[in-house]
Amino acid sequence: MSDITKQSLTELVENIKNKKLSSTDVTKAFIDRSEKSEELNAYITNDFTSALEKAKKFDQKPNLDSKLPGIPMAVKDLFCTKDIKTTAGSKILNNFVPTYESTVTENIWNEGAILLGKLNCDEFAMGSSNETSFFGNVQSPIDRNLVPGGSSGGSASAVAGQLTPVTIGTDTGGSIRQPASFTGIVGLKPTYGSCSRYGIVAFASSLDQAGPMAQNVKDCALLHEVISSYDPKDSTSIDFKRNHYSKELTNNIKGKKIGIPKEYRVDGMPKEIEDLWQKGIQYVKDCGAETIDISLPNTSYALPTYYIVAPAEASSNLARYDGVKYGYRAKGENLIDMYEKTRSEGFGAEVQRRIMIGTYVLSSGYYDAYYLKAQKVRKLIKNDFDEAYKKVDAILTPSTPSSAFKIGEKTNDPVSMYLNDIFTVPVNLAGLPGISIPAGHDSKGYPLGLQIIGKAFDEQNILNIAYAMEEKINFKNKITDWWIK
Amino acid sequence: MSKKDSEYLINRKDNQYEVVIGLEVHAQVLSDSKLFSTSATKFGAEPNTQVSLVDAAFPGMLPVINEFCVKQAIKTGIGLNAKINKRSVFDRKNYFYADLPQGYQISQFKDPIVGEGKVILDMPNGQKEVGIERLHLEQDAGKSIHDLDPQNTFVDLNRSGVALMEIVSKPDLRSPDEVNAYIKKLRSIMRYLGTCDGNMQEGSLRADVNVSVRPKGSKEFGTRCEIKNVNSIKFMQMAIEYEANRQVDLIEEGKTIDQETRLFDTKKNETRSMRSKEDAHDYRYFPDPDLLPLEVSEKFIEELKNDIPELPDDKKKRFIEDFKLSPYEANILVSDIDTAKYFEEVVAKMGKNKDIKLAVNWITGELFAVLNSKGLEISQSPVSAKNFAILINLIKNGTISGKIAKTVFEIMIDGDKDPQKIVEEKGLKQQSDPKALEALIDKIINDNREKAIEYKQGKEKLFGFFVGQAMKASGGKANPQLINEILKKKL
Repeated sequence: MSDITKQSLTELVENIKNKKLSSTDVTKAFIDRSEKSEELNAYITNDFTSALEKAKKFDQKPNLDSKLPGIPMAVKDLFCTKDIKTTAGSKILNNFVPTYESTVTENIWNEGAILLGKLNCDEFAMGSSNETSFFGNVQSPIDRNLVPGGSSGGSASAVAGQLTPVTIGTDTGGSIRQPASFTGIVGLKPTYGSCSRYGIVAFASSLDQAGPMAQNVKDCALLHEVISSYDPKDSTSIDFKRNHYSKELTNNIKGKKIGIPKEYRVDGMPKEIEDLWQKGIQYVKDCGAETIDISLPNTSYALPTYYIVAPAEASSNLARYDGVKYGYRAKGENLIDMYEKTRSEGFGAEVQRRIMIGTYVLSSGYYDAYYLKAQKVRKLIKNDFDEAYKKVDAILTPSTPSSAFKIGEKTNDPVSMYLNDIFTVPVNLAGLPGISIPAGHDSKGYPLGLQIIGKAFDEQNILNIAYAMEEKINFKNKITDWWIK
Repeated sequence: MSKKDSEYLINRKDNQYEVVIGLEVHAQVLSDSKLFSTSATKFGAEPNTQVSLVDAAFPGMLPVINEFCVKQAIKTGIGLNAKINKRSVFDRKNYFYADLPQGYQISQFKDPIVGEGKVILDMPNGQKEVGIERLHLEQDAGKSIHDLDPQNTFVDLNRSGVALMEIVSKPDLRSPDEVNAYIKKLRSIMRYLGTCDGNMQEGSLRADVNVSVRPKGSKEFGTRCEIKNVNSIKFMQMAIEYEANRQVDLIEEGKTIDQETRLFDTKKNETRSMRSKEDAHDYRYFPDPDLLPLEVSEKFIEELKNDIPELPDDKKKRFIEDFKLSPYEANILVSDIDTAKYFEEVVAKMGKNKDIKLAVNWITGELFAVLNSKGLEISQSPVSAKNFAILINLIKNGTISGKIAKTVFEIMIDGDKDPQKIVEEKGLKQQSDPKALEALIDKIINDNREKAIEYKQGKEKLFGFFVGQAMKASGGKANPQLINEILKKKL
């Protein structure tokens, strides 16, 4: 049974469909491994008992036509799940049990998958190391005391550590791609509007997108096919023709034009990242694609723009956590006192910092200088990509400017932490799809990722490029099971 | 205070002050469901029974615009002769309060759905145009209830998320009377359009009143104060009177007026400072990222235009032209849509040979009196338009006299009886047979020979005596016109 958790999603689906494995076998295997993996702290809430019951029930009357037949899956604790506590990694929602299901998770259960539990994440998805969670930091399966990245750190750790075959995360500025890169897995941030935001605890509404995280590109394509849907309950959801991403997946990318943006060669970037990028360029060429040097001139403004837009939206989105209707409530002398105590005690330091930044940049007298200007720059950044896509089909960059760092290493230096998102943030600002694939290791043996950025709604293309590159790279994640006693 | 030439001025020693008023009217959109959710909007439901996850701002819940409310706002804009903006934007107005679940109100700040427009007021000294600055859509908040428990405040979210239209006037109003006319005109237009029921008791129509004063003839505006959430025309007028006098007193004492938000205390009949400009909220408006800009096509607007019923101003014009009514009469009939409907139905039911003037007199006289005394709306009239029309026709064709008609009308009120039947059953039909009346009159002249001679010698007053005798002899049923004619001939 031990090798069940090593199987990819595609293999598991195949084996269940061929009745070589039952859903119960598979679910048990992942529960066993999850239970042995407490040290990773990947779960906030587990639903193992119920998962096993559902698996047994599935096996009694299996629907093998579904896309995820009896597949157990843990999801980031930012997705509201009916009758299962949903915390967003925050004390303020530690007692919150939704009566409703997010559209994305609903899509997953509708295809036959079974909820294993809720995965740890940075508080309200604000963080790049999973250290801001009220429920403690997450360990990376790559090495002891290494961060798995964030905010979907629990998700990355759970996939890399084989506690779940695949998972979903959310990505506001890199929260899927950066942890995927840090843990040697594949993570896709879809085009804004591709996956419904209904039922996802909001961080920054104009940037948030749910997306799949998996061990390989094919699994990623299959899960994306399941979660992406038009949803009238989300006014920003877009009704476009969605591909059968897994069926249409091909490694034939001959003649594709891949842009290499010079602005991503940032100061102080380690040589091994530059080397990785060069290797990536060679892989693309080996696949028969052509690389073209391009310019995205406003790239350097992306990070400051993001750190105005995202906190601004967050400061407003998080106003609803006031102790009045649900969630944590502190005792207060009066209404204002109750608000102050509830929010001071309920939110962690990083969330409070971003609420303050957001409140500041929206304040009268500062709005024009910060928020309005940031919106204009955001438009320029999008225009850069539009210009580039007149010449190329996709863009290749490193996923992060460095490999994973140690827990606690950047806790007291938020700016250095924010710099982690430098390559991923422009993609969210422009609403484009981006995928991170594992492409090599640094000198310490830690994974490094490459990012492929696509045109809007062109997920199939970047999945294909990733698929072709994956074959050439032939990446092997070094998982030693160090945490298992 | 003087009201010379209908001008409303505040007098102090040698100085006269003009009052400048602008209104922000909050009109609840007539709609079965809320602006961004499918919850019901029925007034008076049990607390918290019309609340969706969206209205209560649960995590991950998203607003979805209610197209019907958008149509209602555009129709209202058309009714206000206003520019409809094809692109408008919903913004978040951020502030904390227990009955504001999201921590922000979704409103429209920079780009409202309706731009500049105007309404015409009929004032005693002529027409007055009042400019509309804008109309925007926004969500209502819930309701905090402070008096149910000494320790706690209760919150009812039934109203949370209900669609409101905020209609902002230009500072064109100059007196409490104009405010009265303006509110009534807005209410009338929206009731014609079916976009707001205008029910002030239920809070469907409330207003913030901006008041400033300036020396008569001055072109510059004074510092204004905003009086929040006044929910009746009477209170608006009282608040304006108080506030304008307070401001004038300050000026006369050489003091300055602070720009501030004030509350009107209806019990003490005074306004009180609520918060100064310095304490004003910083609402941190920004475009709501959960909603895309609202875009409507020319076709969409055109279709709504075709759907607009005849509005009070046009109806009034038509009544004057087609029915030869006076502007005053036409105004009374059109100001309330139900009155206009009733009147038009009466006109239709009267058929070809109709006396519209008579119908108008009877509606504004007898019918209004009955409605007033019974406290009924015209839509609840105990006499249907159909029977009312029959009654007017009975007068017109001489079947009954006006005097008898009043008796018939009294009976009609009880159960909307057919006047024709009442006349027949009670034998109230007017005697209009000239021969019978001639016989009757001959007898009266014979019986009163001396008086007839006196009349012929010039004592014309006696004519009334003969009419009276004839009516008496007929039991009040004789056709008074015929009696007149015959008497003139015979005497």
